[in-house]
Amino acid sequence: MLNDILWPVAALGGLGLLLGLLLALASKKFAVKKDPKVEAIRDLLAGANCGACGFPGCNSLAQAMAEGKAAVDACPATSNEARARIAEILGVEAVETEPMSAVVLCRGGTNSKDAFEYEGVQTCAAAKLVAGGPKICAWGCMGLGDCIRACKFSAIAFNRYGVPRVDENKCVACGQCVKACPQGIIKLLPKSSTVRVECMNHNRGKDIRPICSNACFGCGMCFKACEEGAITFQNYLASVDPKKCTACLACIEKCPTGAIVSTLAKAREKQSQ
Amino acid sequence: MDYILGIFLLLLSSILVNNFVLSRFLGICPFLGVSSQVTTATGMGLAVTFVMGLASVITYLVQYFVLVPLGIPYMQTLAFILVIAALVQFVEMVLMKSSPTLHQALGVYLPLITTNCAVLGVAIINIEEQYDLLQTFVHGIGAALGFMLAIVLFAGIRERLETSPIGKAFSGFPIGLITAGLMSIAFLGFQGLIK
Repeated sequence: MLNDILWPVAALGGLGLLLGLLLALASKKFAVKKDPKVEAIRDLLAGANCGACGFPGCNSLAQAMAEGKAAVDACPATSNEARARIAEILGVEAVETEPMSAVVLCRGGTNSKDAFEYEGVQTCAAAKLVAGGPKICAWGCMGLGDCIRACKFSAIAFNRYGVPRVDENKCVACGQCVKACPQGIIKLLPKSSTVRVECMNHNRGKDIRPICSNACFGCGMCFKACEEGAITFQNYLASVDPKKCTACLACIEKCPTGAIVSTLAKAREKQSQ
Repeated sequence: MDYILGIFLLLLSSILVNNFVLSRFLGICPFLGVSSQVTTATGMGLAVTFVMGLASVITYLVQYFVLVPLGIPYMQTLAFILVIAALVQFVEMVLMKSSPTLHQALGVYLPLITTNCAVLGVAIINIEEQYDLLQTFVHGIGAALGFMLAIVLFAGIRERLETSPIGKAFSGFPIGLITAGLMSIAFLGFQGLIK
């Protein structure tokens, strides 16, 4: 009776012990040196595997950083604190960058007229191939959501006019939406630049006015309203210099089409009225 | 002379006639999982060959020098799995050291050789057929080569399927499974090779 139990236990136990010892020996002999830095850096990275750095994922970037093949600021999605700690691990100088956010520079959507009805594959990239897209405005958002699908952080959503808006709090400026947009109307702007012209069209007033009610057509009202001289014009399109802008919002009040927008709360209130 | 001929026939039959994947339907998991590229399929095939060849011999020794003398052949499955698991661990270590790229490409399927029914299958068939040590080794290697043949052929076909115009409902695994079925039917043709 005892034998029936003892022998199997002893045999299998012995076998397991023998194999375990052999494996322990083998693991010493075939040990691969792993850089402890890689894991530490990977834990500090954003962990979204968005690919903004140009590497296949956060793990590969951590490896490249540890080997000195990638810069400390290669990941745009990492916060400045985490970046400082990565720099500490690597023993290099920390690089602070200004937090950026993607901005869709178009307020067209249903306010901008269509040239034809597009019924093909429902992506912006495909629509763009058909005579430059369904919008008359060559800079207009086609509203098929390539940027929304490209965003790994769920920071982009359509507003009620069918134009994507970026949630600045969620956006990490990985730039995937910028790459995805065939119109090239998504730009990375510093989060500190609170006033901007959300339009990209370069047409004259008489060409753009009948097409889009929200476009900047270069009337110059904002230029006259701005006391800081922060507004400049190029090809019938206004732009705000964030360094000179004091966010007085005088330009927004004067703009006849609402093409100038501010991210400040007081401006939001005015726009919703 | 007859013995040597028998060994040769055993090798041939285990590769073609009783192909582990396409006739015995063992080891389907890595067959479908690691067959998207010919290079990784070959790597997997080599890893399986190594494990199967060695596992056949070691399980033979364990069976006839440990389990049978102690009168505990009912522990066969447990003991065999133990041996195979240790072997796979060993292969993984060697691969990590010698070829990190292949290690990464094989991914989770490498440790899964541990529970690959093909490896346990070959060990148990060896005992059931009452092969001697040399036959056991040849059968193990033959079975693994058969596995490798099947997976490399399949990977070659799948590489071409990638660029073929296949209906949406069939693209990916469905067409892969149909292909595997057709390959299995083709391998049925080898049944008459050895009488």
